[in-house]
Amino acid sequence: MAIDAATVRKVARLARIAEPEARIEPLARELTGIMNWIEQLAEVDIEGVEPMTSAVSQPAPLRDDVVTEGGDPERILANAPRRAGDFFVVPKVVE
Amino acid sequence: MSSLTDLTLRAALDGLSSGAFSSEELTRAHIGAVEAARPLNAFILETPDKALEMARASDARRAAGEAGALEGAPLGIKDLFCTNGVTTTAGSRILGGFTPTYESTVTSQLWRDGAVMLGKLNLDEFAMGSSNETSAYGPVVSPWRRNGDASPLTPGGSSGGSAAAVAAGLCLGATATDTGGSIRQPAAFTGTVGIKPTYGRCSRWGVVAFASSLDQAGPIARTVEDAALLLQSMSGHDPKDSTSLDVEVPDFAAFVGRSVKGLRIGVPKEYRVDGMPAEIEALWEQGIAWLREAGCEIVEVSLPHTRYALPAYYIVAPAEASSNLARYDGMRYGLRADAASLTDTYEKSRAEGFGEEVKRRILIGTYVLSAGYYDAYYLRALKVRRRIADDFTEAFGKVDALLTPTAPSAAFALGENANDPVAMYLNDIFTVTVNLAGLPGMSVPAGLDARGLPLGLQLIGRPLDEGLLFSLGGAIEKAAGFSAKPARWW
Repeated sequence: MAIDAATVRKVARLARIAEPEARIEPLARELTGIMNWIEQLAEVDIEGVEPMTSAVSQPAPLRDDVVTEGGDPERILANAPRRAGDFFVVPKVVE
Repeated sequence: MSSLTDLTLRAALDGLSSGAFSSEELTRAHIGAVEAARPLNAFILETPDKALEMARASDARRAAGEAGALEGAPLGIKDLFCTNGVTTTAGSRILGGFTPTYESTVTSQLWRDGAVMLGKLNLDEFAMGSSNETSAYGPVVSPWRRNGDASPLTPGGSSGGSAAAVAAGLCLGATATDTGGSIRQPAAFTGTVGIKPTYGRCSRWGVVAFASSLDQAGPIARTVEDAALLLQSMSGHDPKDSTSLDVEVPDFAAFVGRSVKGLRIGVPKEYRVDGMPAEIEALWEQGIAWLREAGCEIVEVSLPHTRYALPAYYIVAPAEASSNLARYDGMRYGLRADAASLTDTYEKSRAEGFGEEVKRRILIGTYVLSAGYYDAYYLRALKVRRRIADDFTEAFGKVDALLTPTAPSAAFALGENANDPVAMYLNDIFTVTVNLAGLPGMSVPAGLDARGLPLGLQLIGRPLDEGLLFSLGGAIEKAAGFSAKPARWW
């Protein structure tokens, strides 16, 4: 499966990574190389096999639906790139 | 440096217990070793003041008769574990000075048991790499060199700082993590012991996530017994990690030295890969001979889907990583680039913050999860993963544990594999199956190659059967009598 430049641009956009134009063709080659190597998975007979999503076979545990932590804005905001009072400051979201 | 840095963890704990030296003395000796070893670049952050403060508090606890299981022992912490009030980088620029306001469960348990933190250890960025060369803080240089050759070698990765620090006598043991081999391969490259426990044995809470269904914490140490002591402290159920197993933690150290007579050990024929160096093959045969002499019965087994493990891993791990790393958007913590719009801010922050290998894996993950490719790649990989896990289940119907080489080569030179991602990925060929199946795996140093570099053997066990691995690892350690140490050049 060849990954072309247009696909790299699309995937980079989906991943929210600004790839400079000079990196698009090299990335297309690198990703094509990796995906071609991965293609060998097509040889495996997977008929009737359940997908394995976890290495733990036990059911997910449940807990009471109660607040266990919170009310500590200083800890939450301690690493904010920008803040105002108890709020994160972010670029304008709605024009 | 003083001989205090040559001790095993066990011997250091005995010395502290008998009053031969204090934790402050032991910690000072290690701080000196860390400072003298800066050419290795093993630490991203040294925390000598915190270490001394913790050491004095430890000596006070011991004097009060309140000594914990690791009381006073100076350790290194892989910089993937969040440490309260101490910057955590994950080897990436994107964390940009992130200082956690909480402590990972694993490290909090080490401190509960009295251990002392010397600093944060270097690693591949987000633990993605097999040579430590993807770290934004520069590669770790192995304390080992080839005979008569000063070329800098990799300590392996991603836990390269942990392995180098333990091998060079900078700490008595270190935390590490393993998603595809990142504890066991660096342990093999540096002549140290590393164990990745069963998935769910150690809490992942507070460990920076790479691929959540594969990530497990574990120790790197100088001896099998030391690894057991550290894993004991790191293990246990944690309600804050829903995949953490609510099972009893046995006394792992008690398994070291137990007889392995009568155990059935499987040797998977698919691990005899093309192009495997003769020395690795010979080491494996030696390991088989040692276990046979110790009374084990050796059985050839088949793991037919082995060759598909790496390609399946390079779908599953990047897919999970692309999802996990979506959180680094520059809004709540970490690096934020200046840009006009919100989307540009996201794209620029992530472009500046992530290194090339991390970007590559995010792009692969995004691609295989994108519309039209999900079934062909991701779903197929999850089914192949089941096939790989079933191979192990079948083998463990016939044998108690498996013996394999840990890595397909000895340590390579820095830069040697850097330009070919797939060649680098092949380092994990013997280790990655264990992560996909969620099994415990341990690397034990077993010998030196012709150029004087350490080689490791891997033991793989049934789920939650780490105890047996400690018995078998102890048997190999005893038979191998591995005592080589890197000659100090730094």
